Amino acid sequence: MTEYEFFIDPSRCIGCEACKQACTECDTHRGRSMIHLEFVDRAVSTQTSPVVCMHCEDPTCARVCPADAIKQTDDGIVQSSIRDRCIGCSNCVLACPFGVPHYVAAIDQMVKCDMCYDRTSIGRKPMCATVCPSQALFYGTREELERLRSETPVNDFRFGNQRVRTKVHLMSSPGADDMDVDVMRFMAGAEPDVRIEELAVWTEDSVAARS
Amino acid sequence: MAIPALEEREFIERFGPTLHYGPMHGGERPKPDTHVRTHCCFCGVQCGIQLEVHDNKVVGFEPWEEFPVNRGMLCPKGVKRYMQNGHPDRLLAPMVRTPRGFDATGWDDALNRTVAAIHRIQARHGKDAFAVLGGASMTNEKAYLLGKFARVALKTANIDYNGRLCMVSAGAANKAAFGVDRSANPWSDIPLARALIISGANVGECFPILTDYIWRARDNGAKIIVIDPRMTPIARTADLFLPVRPGRDSALANGILHVMIERGWIDREFIEAHTVGFDQVSGVVAGYPPDVTEAVTGVPASSIVRAAEIWGPAETSMLLHARGVEHHTKGVENCRSYINLVLATGRIGRPGCGYGTLTGQGNGQGGREHGQRTNQLPGGRDIENPEDRRFIADFWQVPEAEIPHTGLTACEIIDAIEDGRIRGLLSISFNPLVSIPDADRTRAALGRLEHFTCIDFFLSETARYADVVLAGSLQEEDDGTVTTGEGRCVRLRQAVTPPGEARVDWEIIVDIARRLGYDEQFPYAIPKDIFRELARASAGGNVDYSGMDYARIEENMGIFWPCPSRGHPGTPRLFEGRRFHHPDGRARFQAFEYRPPAEDVDAEYPLFLTTGRVVSQYLSGNQTRRIGPLVDQYPEPLCEMHPLSAARIGVADGDPVRVETRRGAIEVPARLVRTIRPDTVFVPYHWPGPKSANLLTNRALDPVSKIPEFKVCACRVRRAGASADASGTVSDD
Repeated sequence: MTEYEFFIDPSRCIGCEACKQACTECDTHRGRSMIHLEFVDRAVSTQTSPVVCMHCEDPTCARVCPADAIKQTDDGIVQSSIRDRCIGCSNCVLACPFGVPHYVAAIDQMVKCDMCYDRTSIGRKPMCATVCPSQALFYGTREELERLRSETPVNDFRFGNQRVRTKVHLMSSPGADDMDVDVMRFMAGAEPDVRIEELAVWTEDSVAARS
Repeated sequence: MAIPALEEREFIERFGPTLHYGPMHGGERPKPDTHVRTHCCFCGVQCGIQLEVHDNKVVGFEPWEEFPVNRGMLCPKGVKRYMQNGHPDRLLAPMVRTPRGFDATGWDDALNRTVAAIHRIQARHGKDAFAVLGGASMTNEKAYLLGKFARVALKTANIDYNGRLCMVSAGAANKAAFGVDRSANPWSDIPLARALIISGANVGECFPILTDYIWRARDNGAKIIVIDPRMTPIARTADLFLPVRPGRDSALANGILHVMIERGWIDREFIEAHTVGFDQVSGVVAGYPPDVTEAVTGVPASSIVRAAEIWGPAETSMLLHARGVEHHTKGVENCRSYINLVLATGRIGRPGCGYGTLTGQGNGQGGREHGQRTNQLPGGRDIENPEDRRFIADFWQVPEAEIPHTGLTACEIIDAIEDGRIRGLLSISFNPLVSIPDADRTRAALGRLEHFTCIDFFLSETARYADVVLAGSLQEEDDGTVTTGEGRCVRLRQAVTPPGEARVDWEIIVDIARRLGYDEQFPYAIPKDIFRELARASAGGNVDYSGMDYARIEENMGIFWPCPSRGHPGTPRLFEGRRFHHPDGRARFQAFEYRPPAEDVDAEYPLFLTTGRVVSQYLSGNQTRRIGPLVDQYPEPLCEMHPLSAARIGVADGDPVRVETRRGAIEVPARLVRTIRPDTVFVPYHWPGPKSANLLTNRALDPVSKIPEFKVCACRVRRAGASADASGTVSDD
């Protein structure tokens, strides 16, 4: 079977919200969008970023869930919370390094992207990537992607001490193989005596000192 | 006298806009009986979409990935367009005005009233005293029918359409430069271009699907130049962004061409062999060196030079523009100034090389081809050309002398209602109260009509002024064709039948024609009959559809005109072989000295006001302001302004501001963004009533195209509630 993968390139996003609107139309989503779209800072830029679940290999949201409400399927899709189990505590919302899950007070439950499991599990594209007019959300084969684009797909992320590998890829500059989202990673090289773990402690201390 | 009989609150209670959230809201979607492959009802991209139908209602959609233009892609309007069906605001029966508002009536009663009013007004005031307004959201079939109806059944010269607010500057420029009015290239040429100029086109919000085409061009190495007073989503990552001062486009194009000529980046061989008028152009643009152009346009001289460096020597290129350059009292001049940039390089009529104007309305292309324009007959024929008149007179079997000549254009029709020259109006697919500049004058004019019949599916703000409202059809309730912004004629398929007593639009028009005594001239049983006739009427014309039929269009997923015979494959790319459509085969250059907009900024009104769309709303909003999820996305108009200009009047993000022009004032929240020129504010125009941007805009018209100047006028802005003394007049420093 052809291996379809999900690639996100926020630099292409035009903020139209077709993804969000289409997400509500997926039959199992019952009229609710499981994804969101963020303006990075509308006051200074029209830059937006669609936020779909990255589907981590070892999902932090599921790890921190006290109710065991977030399940991962055998094919690596991290499901939204199970209604009967979710206690609405928002641990997952706080813990997710990508800011994916959101708590919906009206139903006292966390909801997040399940990559349109009813569609993708039978070989169809997820709703958001199908409609995305800028193809910032791209769902296709790696061969197709490489033929069309020069950016590099990355699915290995470092958040300080935490390394996360994901099923979904983020497009990065040509040649990149992983993506650091913490400036400390770049400080570590300049301060050879300081190991990354210590930098983390140092940061927490300084935060504590300020407050 | 057509004055609304109800209070605003009562209108809203009875006719909406009600926010509709569709069958998914709080429940399950019924399982569809069928999927109907058709097209979106909104913009000129005409995305393919599958509508899910259950029990004669559209209950959802599925992407149609096989349709080659959008391949399943849709914008939020396309995703939610199905929610206009089964809508609680839908008009279900014809209505007549009573002191209580509107009462439902039977079709005979309603149509007899319309016909009696036509007879009465035309007998007393002449044929032209009864006007017709149409729209470019209508199918080709309806556009043709309405034009024929006006000329043959009403014999009025005064028929025009809402494309007069949209495409006419580009159309006139195309006709003058190339001898034909159509995008020169299919959109599939965009990814093949190595340089793109996108001018006055908010692609990401108004033609979202074309974004993918533009990014694919960039993936292939294209350099992208965006020209706009606002850093729109498509401008954000452009290689070069030229933040032009509103109303200065022709000067900017002249400035870029000046540098190209100076550096020798023009194709002299092409110019010599295939064009006329370059000497006049080089003479004019000689007066626009970068420093002079900078002073006029507000674009740095270095950026003007850089634009010429990217555009001039490029191997392949496409130039795309839209309303941003067209909505001006020199809209045609702006378009022709940009066309000069294309002709000077000779890069047109081959893969990845050409020019296109991005059509705003669903049938913005086809709607302007088949005769609902006041100056045009079917097949893109000229109503003043004796040969064209004779052809159509013979075809319709009427004496040539009986075919009216050019009448008034859309805004002029409103003016003529205001001053009493026009007494009666039939309108369809047009909401002028929201969409025409200087809305207070439009409102007063509608109140002066002796008779107004409006065909509509929802009661638009304009329809509130009608004496007779005829419940017509939504796009998905009828069969037909539309022609997309790239010139591709595609098939709309009926998904459901009109609810209640509502009827399909074309039947209503035919019924009125028959009641006026023209049975023989309007013999149609189905839309296909009208298409066959319009295709034959176009044979040999400038816009030739004569080789098309429904089956061929469906098989090919659309056919590009000209398509002059059954075996003809259609013409995706114009001007191959470098032959243009003027009799001598040559394209026409013409340059223009810059002249200011009709109303420029001054000490009293120091800021430019420009208007446009947002991605989640469409035109006057008669459809999209009723679709809940689209309203939630952008609920009300905001005044975009730069923090620098906001600081001078003490306004913070979200504060209510009063935007004033010489014509009116509105109060809306401010949105402070660094993505707009500090001398300019932007307000989207989709809303009626006290927040309507068109209370502010200037009904000054381009002398050729008669398009109004939506994109620039002078305004002042202050905090709502602040006294006029503290109006924050911005000094010239």
